[in-house]
Amino acid sequence: MISNPDLVIVGGGSAGMAAALEAKKRGIENILILETDPYLGGVLRQCIHTGFGLRTFSEDLSGPEYAARYIERIESEGIRYLLNTPVLEVRPDLTVIAISKEEGYLELHPKASIAATGCRERGAGTIAIPGTRPAGVLTAGTAQRYVNIEGYRPGKRVVILGSGDIGLIMARRLTLEGAKVLCVAELMPKSGGLKRNIVQCLEDFDIPLLLSTTVVEIHGKDRVTAVTLASVDENRTPILEKAWRVECDTLLLSVGLVPETELFSDAGAAVERGNGLTVDDHLMSTIPGLFGCGNAVKVHDLVDNVSLQGEKAGGFAAEYILGGK
Amino acid sequence: MEDVIIIGGGVIGCMTLRYLSRYKLSLRLIESHNDLASGATMANSAIIHAGYDPEPGTAKAYFNVRGCGMYPALAKELDFLYRPLPSLVVAFSEEQMATAEALRTRGEENGVEKLEVIGRERLLELEPNISDEAVGALYAPTAGIVEPWGAAIAAAENACDNGAKLSLGEKVIGMEKAGDGILVHTDKADYKARAVVNAAGVWSDKINDMLAPHIFDITPRLGQYYLLDRRTSGLVNNTLFACPTKEGKGVLLSPSVHEKLMIGPDAKAMPDRDLTPTDSAGLAFVKENAARFLKCPLPMNLNIRTYAGIRPTPSNGDFTVGRTPVEGFYNAAGIESPGLASSPAIGLELAEMIARDLGAEKNEDFNPFRRKQIRLNRLSEEEKKELIAREPGYASIVCKCEKVSEKEIVDCIHRNAGATTVKGVKKRVGAGLGRCQAGFCQPVVVNILARELGIPKDQVLYDDPGSEILLEKTK
Repeated sequence: MISNPDLVIVGGGSAGMAAALEAKKRGIENILILETDPYLGGVLRQCIHTGFGLRTFSEDLSGPEYAARYIERIESEGIRYLLNTPVLEVRPDLTVIAISKEEGYLELHPKASIAATGCRERGAGTIAIPGTRPAGVLTAGTAQRYVNIEGYRPGKRVVILGSGDIGLIMARRLTLEGAKVLCVAELMPKSGGLKRNIVQCLEDFDIPLLLSTTVVEIHGKDRVTAVTLASVDENRTPILEKAWRVECDTLLLSVGLVPETELFSDAGAAVERGNGLTVDDHLMSTIPGLFGCGNAVKVHDLVDNVSLQGEKAGGFAAEYILGGK
Repeated sequence: MEDVIIIGGGVIGCMTLRYLSRYKLSLRLIESHNDLASGATMANSAIIHAGYDPEPGTAKAYFNVRGCGMYPALAKELDFLYRPLPSLVVAFSEEQMATAEALRTRGEENGVEKLEVIGRERLLELEPNISDEAVGALYAPTAGIVEPWGAAIAAAENACDNGAKLSLGEKVIGMEKAGDGILVHTDKADYKARAVVNAAGVWSDKINDMLAPHIFDITPRLGQYYLLDRRTSGLVNNTLFACPTKEGKGVLLSPSVHEKLMIGPDAKAMPDRDLTPTDSAGLAFVKENAARFLKCPLPMNLNIRTYAGIRPTPSNGDFTVGRTPVEGFYNAAGIESPGLASSPAIGLELAEMIARDLGAEKNEDFNPFRRKQIRLNRLSEEEKKELIAREPGYASIVCKCEKVSEKEIVDCIHRNAGATTVKGVKKRVGAGLGRCQAGFCQPVVVNILARELGIPKDQVLYDDPGSEILLEKTK
């Protein structure tokens, strides 16, 4: 049986683990991390490229290595976590409802909670790309999971829309796996990806980055057969007269990330325009005692910064609990 | 030889199959797609129309009103997602109020009950966000909303539980009269039956012409939609229609049974009957026309999917249901809107007609109830507690957005008329129809399908053959 924890952390990824460790350090003993997936570490598990930990550990680690550092500390500190435990509801009085294979139905009444739910990818539906809806249209993160975790290639001739970092990383990953990445199309006049990723993932592999370009139609009935690309004018309106067709079997989307905050906004917490949880200087949301960190607050470029913010949120939550409120 | 073959596994074919399974008849349904409910049934407005729209005296009027009345009880028997939800035909001028009044008269002539023309005050009570320009509405409380593919699949599953057989992924390529029956040739096999039902939707003109004299042509029309996230909940309480014009019923706003907001459709001719692409002009039209209903802007930033559906519009303007000049050959053809609402009534009437013609006896063992589908996300707190304690597998959530558990997915694969594809799982349990649009759960669903069907992951299909999700193993 789970005794009622003082602090519940929703999400066992990089933000949640850092928050838990800091709260423990500040004297909170009864902490519980609730994680939907069957493992801690969140999306880091599938990020087998390096570039993690340069700031936190002054080392160049892969995603799983970076996560392992935190998981080891969670274990050695004896911080409790439940895997396979999705949170169904958070209430304005901080009641947390979750279900767990091992523990059954959980109704928790912590003194404080931390939203560390990360983010999701925007998909084809969200950006309303015209055309058909065949297999072969998928987000870069989903493709990353198929390649790195499941061991399957989702495509052979690939067009990537959006030059976000996951898209850039996947351009290189798929190329190394033998796929032909035909181009990366970016709607904006410049890429939002990290410079190092543009160099190491595109330029080093001669993959063209087409700026001010977008996909205006998806073709194919069962599987993608082609996409139509078009340049856009300064208002981001496609110039259809100059559109061209590229034969491909896959369209990978790297068109942005959206903080996963509905669990908290359903409870009445305010969110920003981009869906990030609204927080004050102490990372507290508009619900007293509910704190936020990581990509649930704002999509971060680097996991190191997610961990740092997680630490801060853990500290503020500890202060809140120890302050007797 | 079968007693009856149904061509077409949309909601019309499935309902007909289900009502036929109440008789001692050997039944087979042939569907060209890999799964049931893959044509017009898959993407439409999902409204059970009350029946004020069709011209009195038409087959549309007759079946619509009867079918609408059958849904509440049928949804309980077959356990598909259905909810009574009033329709409002919103008038934006006194002239349109006259149209609303005319629709009421027409509806009453069709036998629709409880129709009312309401003024602005009452409209505001029902829809606090309604546009300042709205002056009143036709109020039709007998209408409803449904999961169209869920209704079709549930009907087919129940028919299979009662002995019917399915041949999926088989395309009918010809038919001929042969002695005491009809030969049906598909691209994979030949079948013979005493009776054949044409429920081929967008292909129903072609199927009719294989055996019977030409009656009508189908002009396939596309309708495009936006689907907005459940965070729109409460914005619109009823199904909102504009007053119909010569062009049709126009763009509507409606809550869906999945608590999303559906916005659409437009209408445009589509030459290819198997393709349902969206286009930016059509989507822009939908957005523009939907905007006038409410006084606040529509939260289009909450859009999670755009899609299009095909509708079989017949040149004779009405449903063609019943016997043909060819003995043993029946039509349920040219079924456009309000076909979904009409489908149980069409299925019932055809089944009774065919049973009579074939001299079939009632099947005393017929079980009208489909085994209940446990839907975690629809249970109360107490029910969830009890369920998880009894069956911990329901605590393992695969689709995070819609809260669909692994156990529900495994169950939907192993039922009669079960899921064999990723889209099949989505249709049966809703995994992937939420705000992340399967970004998180698709790989897990692929794994579950591969495991349960005993196939490699790269043979798991999204939908029809050729829709493999994974192309080969990594190096």
